[in-house]
Amino acid sequence: MNKPIRNLAVACLVLFLALLVNVNYVQFVQADDLNSKEGNRRVNDEQFSRDRGPILVAGEPIALSVNSDDQYKYQRTYPKGELYAHVTGYFSYDYGRGPIDGNGDGPVEYAENAVLSGSDDRLFVNRVVDLLSNKQHAGGSVELTLDPLAQKTAAEGLAALGKKTTGAVAAINPQTGEILAMVSQPSYDPNQLASHDFAAVREAITALNDDEDKPLLNRATQQILPPGSTFKLVTAAAALENDVVDGPGDEVKGGRSLSFPGMTYQLVNENGSSCGGDPISFTRALSVSCNVSFGDLAGKIGQDDLAEQAAKFGFGADLLAGLPYNASHFTLDDEQLEPNLLAQSGIGQYNVAATPLQMAVVAGGIANHGEVMVPYLIKTVRSPSYTVLEQAEPKTFSQAMSRHNADILRDMMVDVVRSGTATSARINGVEVGGKTGTAQSTQDRPPYAWFVAFAPADDPAVAVAVVIESSDTARNEIAGGRLAGPIAKSVMEAVLSR
Amino acid sequence: MSTSTPGWVPRKRRGAELFLMTIAVTIAIFAYVSVGLGTSGTVPAGAFKLAAAVVVVAFATTFVVRKLAPYADPVLLPLVVCLNGLGLAMIYRIDQDCPNSIFCLGGNYEPLANAQLMWTGFGLVAFVGVLFVVTDHRLLQRFTYLAGLAAIVLLVLPLLPVIGENIRGARIWISIGPFSFQPGEAAKICLAIFFAGYLVRHKDALALAGRRILNIDLPRGRDLGPILAGWLISIGILVFQRDLGSSLLFFGLFVVMLYIATERPGWLVVGGGLFVVGAYFGYLRFGHVRTRFDAWLDPFGDPDANSQLISSLYGLAHGGLLGRGLGQGSPELTPFSFSDFIIGSMGEELGLAGLMAILLIYGLIVERGLRIALTCRDAFGKLLAAGLAVSFALQVFVVVGGVTRLIPLTGLTTPFLAQGGSSIVMNWAVMALLLRISDQTRRPAPEVSTIQSDEETQVVKLG
Repeated sequence: MNKPIRNLAVACLVLFLALLVNVNYVQFVQADDLNSKEGNRRVNDEQFSRDRGPILVAGEPIALSVNSDDQYKYQRTYPKGELYAHVTGYFSYDYGRGPIDGNGDGPVEYAENAVLSGSDDRLFVNRVVDLLSNKQHAGGSVELTLDPLAQKTAAEGLAALGKKTTGAVAAINPQTGEILAMVSQPSYDPNQLASHDFAAVREAITALNDDEDKPLLNRATQQILPPGSTFKLVTAAAALENDVVDGPGDEVKGGRSLSFPGMTYQLVNENGSSCGGDPISFTRALSVSCNVSFGDLAGKIGQDDLAEQAAKFGFGADLLAGLPYNASHFTLDDEQLEPNLLAQSGIGQYNVAATPLQMAVVAGGIANHGEVMVPYLIKTVRSPSYTVLEQAEPKTFSQAMSRHNADILRDMMVDVVRSGTATSARINGVEVGGKTGTAQSTQDRPPYAWFVAFAPADDPAVAVAVVIESSDTARNEIAGGRLAGPIAKSVMEAVLSR
Repeated sequence: MSTSTPGWVPRKRRGAELFLMTIAVTIAIFAYVSVGLGTSGTVPAGAFKLAAAVVVVAFATTFVVRKLAPYADPVLLPLVVCLNGLGLAMIYRIDQDCPNSIFCLGGNYEPLANAQLMWTGFGLVAFVGVLFVVTDHRLLQRFTYLAGLAAIVLLVLPLLPVIGENIRGARIWISIGPFSFQPGEAAKICLAIFFAGYLVRHKDALALAGRRILNIDLPRGRDLGPILAGWLISIGILVFQRDLGSSLLFFGLFVVMLYIATERPGWLVVGGGLFVVGAYFGYLRFGHVRTRFDAWLDPFGDPDANSQLISSLYGLAHGGLLGRGLGQGSPELTPFSFSDFIIGSMGEELGLAGLMAILLIYGLIVERGLRIALTCRDAFGKLLAAGLAVSFALQVFVVVGGVTRLIPLTGLTTPFLAQGGSSIVMNWAVMALLLRISDQTRRPAPEVSTIQSDEETQVVKLG
């Protein structure tokens, strides 16, 4: 009977070899894959028990881990809470780091998780040292480009319009692309979502998701809205670049309305005005924000050249790589516009839609002599021992306009603030350029109030875009200048006061 | 020398056993201390007393073996003590965190280490008892049919009203007063004895070849009776007790012993075929079998339903190569981390290295068991030892493979590690049987002629 026993011994050997190979597969080969699975509580627990690196603004932490005396060693806290919520995002146990947008991008907690949690490859040596010295390994820090005063001013400006107001502010440094302010209202408190009271977190996130005003949405970068008259800057740039007009004094069509051959539809001006005659100067057309002039110019430029100009300013591009961003667009898909729709698109209506950050980039590009800089939020990434791992460098997105044409348009914008529709953004002693916008969406909801501006005109330090989606203000009261202008002004003042 | 003595005279090797036992006990005590250091940073209170008790008990056991089975295999006992000690340490470790975890018995977890320690004591009593009562394993052959009857009674017990208990969908428990018991564990031993006795008697008939297909001699149709009976019993367990693991184990045990007895691989083919039929039937007929199978193929397809297996895999992955260290992982996140999924807990805290060591210990136990079967001189002992060893291997394979997702998950206990009284007592009894057979095997043949030695002595004196 020994032969079968020997055979069975071999069979048992095979069984045990299979077990050994399998545990090697699970614990070694598959381990990384399993460890990175969503909802892996062990990894979550470990990250919650780890000294996660801070997110800094001007040296002050806006997100940091503090010692906690409950079941986890650390509690993630956000000292300024709502003010930076859309920048930091949240660090939650059950809901991870988020919120994550449709493109799979998330705010800094998500985007820079590898450094913050300390698992980044560049921190490998730190991890080994920590392991050998038996220390808890800590995460690196992420320093942002934001200007705390500008951020605070922007948030207060929006808040002053009332709790019901939804809107956003984006401000950049036109010469570098650094994002100086990024505010969206309504906001939320990331502390609530980072709480170790998981039931309360679940309740809070459900409430946030159910909220009609979408507090989790970063309106400054994710909400694309018709930019209205602020888009006339793009149309004006295209007109100059394509030699449809040559200078500020050139005559363009004015008057009460613009007709299209074979159509009953007429493009009219806001409040039925005549823009002061027909023809009028290019400067005046921008100054009074004449729909007829820019509708006409759009037709003369043509769809392709206008779309190309928009693209040079960043339309259609992911301006904020790695962070939540929805690209702005001039047309939907590849539609061919009828003349009336092209005219409407030329004044920022129909299917034109842009994020506030996009419009700040447009204003900044004009102020920066036509050179559009890529906006960025993350300035410096450091290891736990403060070694710089990564330092952001300003990058040019495109030369959207020639220097000559850009300076013409810049001066025209200064004129708009000095004597046109954007007087609410005047700052004593500083040359400010700006443009208002009021975009109709549908009849049953109030229009969007826009304001874009930059200052100082000769050496731009800030370009800002403000959008008010809805507010408690009566419908006829809503105009870009009145609501959004003062916010843009105070944000610019905040930046300039440095 | 007389022809009746073997060519080699086995040494008792009790010293080697003592040495190995020292290592095993040291590992267990260090594991226990390490749990305390890992969870609370201090050596557990009473560690010294416990360590002293463990040392006394372990060495008392080796002393008993020295007296009752002096020629027994010297490796088995230390291997088992090491496993049992590690299991106790892990259960003690899980006691530290499980009472605060909703994943442990829905938050109603009571510390189990003391009970397990008590059961280990009973296990040692059973071990010594078997060694003491069964002075020669061949005595057991007399009880062949009694053992068969006992096995059937034990298997039917959980199905009876009042004492039978349905726990987590499987009807394999009986409870008398405060005690719950899984009679299946005892039934396994009884069945092994029954099969061994039955097959020794009938192996010649069963070995007669019938038809020859593809170079394999299939048994005669009329001899298929016993295997069909074994198969039906297994199916019965599957149907009435919903216990996939035991069903597989009993049938595997039977087929393997049939193969050893008859030396006809045809029985393996027939058995394998019947297994496939049974498994397919189970898959079609029973939701729980299908669920297990689907969970094995794609556990992440339904993460809520398969959270236990997924958590076990996460634990293994989190443990990585060297483990989190005893007391520093999160085994309390896996339901039944102290029993069915204790291998997952081991892998998490001791890592791949520790888990492979545990698997090697299991492998060595099986290897020693099969070696005993090989060297055993009587057919009954051979069959019994091989049956016990192979069923042990099967059980380890089925439960470890299930937890590590090599094969679908089935409910079987992890020998000597998992929390559970019946399992630990019965496995100690199995070890006692193996030691008894090996003692018989390795003992020098008693009929060495004294006259011969006298003559030799005289020769020496004359010279």
